[in-house]
Amino acid sequence: MTIATIGAARPELVRGRGGGGPASTRTVVAYGFWIFLLSDFILFSGLFAAYAVLSGNTAGGPTGADLFNVRNVFIETMCLLISSYTCGLGALSAERRQPGRFLIFAVLTLVLGAAFLVIESTEFAGMVSKGAGPSRSAFLSGFFTLVGTHGVHVTGGLLWLIYMAAQVVAKGLRPHVLRRLLCWSLFWHALDIVWVGVFTLVYLIGIQ
Amino acid sequence: MLGRLSWAAIPLDQPLPLYAMGVVGIVILVVLGIVTVKGWWPYLWREWITSVDHKRIGVMYVILGLVMLLRGYSDAIMMRSQQAIAVGDAQGYLPPDHYDQIFSAHGTIMIFFVAMPLVIGLMNFVVPLQLGVRDVAFPTLNSVSFWLTASGALLVNVSLVIGSFSRASWWGYPPLSELTFSPDEGVDYYLWPLQISGIGTLLTGVNFVTTILKLRAPGMLYFRMPVFCWTALSANMLIVAAFPVLTATFAMLLLDRYLGMHFFTNEAGGNQMMYANLFWAWGHPEVYILVLPAFGVFSEVAATFSGKGLFSYRSMVLATLGICVLSFMVWLHHFFTMGAGADVNAVFGIMSSIIAVPTGAKVFNWLFTLFRGRIVFTTPILFLIGFMITFVLGGLTGVLLAVPPVDFVLHNSAFLVAHFHHVIIGGVVFGALAGINYWFPKAFGFTLDDRWGKASFWCWLIGFYLAFMPLYVLGLMGMTRRLQHIPDPSWQPLLLVAELGAIVVFLGILCQIAQLYVSIRTRESRRDLTGDPWNGRTLEWSTSSPPPAYNYAMLPRVETIDAFWQMKRNGVTAAEPAYETIEMPRNSPIGFVIAFFATTTGFSLIWHIWWIVIVGLLAILFIVLVFGWSENREHEITATEMARLERARLGLGRPA
Repeated sequence: MTIATIGAARPELVRGRGGGGPASTRTVVAYGFWIFLLSDFILFSGLFAAYAVLSGNTAGGPTGADLFNVRNVFIETMCLLISSYTCGLGALSAERRQPGRFLIFAVLTLVLGAAFLVIESTEFAGMVSKGAGPSRSAFLSGFFTLVGTHGVHVTGGLLWLIYMAAQVVAKGLRPHVLRRLLCWSLFWHALDIVWVGVFTLVYLIGIQ
Repeated sequence: MLGRLSWAAIPLDQPLPLYAMGVVGIVILVVLGIVTVKGWWPYLWREWITSVDHKRIGVMYVILGLVMLLRGYSDAIMMRSQQAIAVGDAQGYLPPDHYDQIFSAHGTIMIFFVAMPLVIGLMNFVVPLQLGVRDVAFPTLNSVSFWLTASGALLVNVSLVIGSFSRASWWGYPPLSELTFSPDEGVDYYLWPLQISGIGTLLTGVNFVTTILKLRAPGMLYFRMPVFCWTALSANMLIVAAFPVLTATFAMLLLDRYLGMHFFTNEAGGNQMMYANLFWAWGHPEVYILVLPAFGVFSEVAATFSGKGLFSYRSMVLATLGICVLSFMVWLHHFFTMGAGADVNAVFGIMSSIIAVPTGAKVFNWLFTLFRGRIVFTTPILFLIGFMITFVLGGLTGVLLAVPPVDFVLHNSAFLVAHFHHVIIGGVVFGALAGINYWFPKAFGFTLDDRWGKASFWCWLIGFYLAFMPLYVLGLMGMTRRLQHIPDPSWQPLLLVAELGAIVVFLGILCQIAQLYVSIRTRESRRDLTGDPWNGRTLEWSTSSPPPAYNYAMLPRVETIDAFWQMKRNGVTAAEPAYETIEMPRNSPIGFVIAFFATTTGFSLIWHIWWIVIVGLLAILFIVLVFGWSENREHEITATEMARLERARLGLGRPA
């Protein structure tokens, strides 16, 4: 008995479902990135849990109702949600091999994401100047860490977007660039989902 | 310029760490010297350090785990000796501060840098071969994972020489681990290495879940996968679901320590119980991350060496997945005594007992696999039998501890120490050692010496029982864990027996070293020319030993469970197959380089050397950006070249 390397895939079996052999690179990359995003959600779930436990522990300091400005947070939220829409339009343009349109939507996404970050950092700076920094109370530690981690993700996402736009300009919409764009847009939408949780748990419940 | 780091960090006043440091330093210098004199650097760099081959990475993980086992064991024997002599008026040879560092380092190293590398190493080596594919989903990422793990291991060991390690045990409970009570670098030496290696482990999880779900040979349906692949899938799903919680928890503790936040502090509303909950929400699944792959190894060993298929494959898979889910519902049993109340304790007590049910089902499956099999008594099968007895006993003491009223009596006693060593040594360590003995010929092309292997098994088994059975009794007598000094002289006789047991375990380790030495010396007479030394059942035995870099010239076609067994029975041979052009990943130094900067950054974070932190992070960002721009990460092996390679391999390696 010697080697057991026989046969090619039976065509009727779907690739990647186990029947027909390894999935395509695009599927593997996107799938792997989904799994990574799942782990990122779990990281956030730890921070959400910590915030939920600590949100009442203000140690005599300011509460959410004292600090949060719902109007600003609403504008901030809209910026991020609309940026997800422009991100989606950009992804569609990229799939249709329209680099020009992709770049327009990339710039729109970038501007909206940057606006989100400006509003958020203004809010943070205002709180710190009022003596309500992250070391004031357990509530504020939880708040700054949860919201700040999301903000760091948005910053990373924007830098990644600039980097991907540069790849599109330099190399065009080639398959490997498209794969990376797909991962980026998954990442950007995931940040929206996390923000929906932040908006609800931190701000809407916090102002009451 | 150098933050908190100064000459005072070198423990010149303490002889013991200095000796250890001197010995380790000399060994490292000798090894580096030999490598340099023999001119092996180019080979090591080309074939190992920059390799993205899952088999090489797997071997490196196992070597890391075995080397760290020596470090973890020396901590163990130091603690055993201290407890054996520091009784009554005698104070022993380890002052409390040093003793506290030793038990903290022992647990940290044994879990994160021995058990984890051993099981991840076996998964790395075996899973792609068993799935019948050429590599994991993301080979370069795999190399990054390994080197980040190695970076964490290195940083923990640096604390031996520069500064001191944590005294807050392997789980670092606040408020003891907070800045108020642990102001020096000790706890930071615990947190940063685990953050770095934790990222590596998380990436491994992502990589293997993707590999197992998306990259399998044609025809390898889910219910045709070898059980080891199922256990690897479960373990890696647990990694993806549990490790981010640990990362978040440690990040919060670091924010407390570095930025004065109040997650777990005594003041300003911090909550220490939250740390206990979050830590064990990772910590209990971690137990199954370790033991499920060990179950997988034993399933393969049981089927192979009894010459028949695994009994009730489907129930084995279901039990594995059941444990996977249940493992997230029992974490509170680690702190029944902390006041969650009777109702909560009852729920978690019942859940903890329920998780023993699928595990029990597995034990019966292994038993029925052996039943009426033609059992070949090799080293792995001895480990299987030792494991079944040991693990069932350890599991039973676990069920006992799962009963909250009993736990109130035994919590934090030597009984608990005996219990978890019982399941981790009897389960994970025996599993890893069985796996190493089982797959060694596949990795290196020659079998390990069975006589030394059996000697090491008996030493491990007898040593384990001698070392830990007394601890059960001592726990019932009222001895708590982590005692630097023994107040009650009536405990000493049993502690001396435990010391003897630790020495017998050391004999087992020596036998393993002898086994390696003897096997390498006599490798020519023990070559595995068939690629199938055990009459195996799964695909990894269908390729040569060691397998070529591409594993399979053509991906095997899978028709059943135990695919290779079926192929042998059907008499399938490939005359001169029609080779196709394939793509293989190129070697890449980025894993090693990123880990280099992760190590310097981690070290500087521990010592508050901020400028190196910034330089290191920018360097890592730069490397990622450069890699993220590249595209030609694969090289082609053309069909003609493949035909030439295969003819050479088959002609030399194995008679056709």
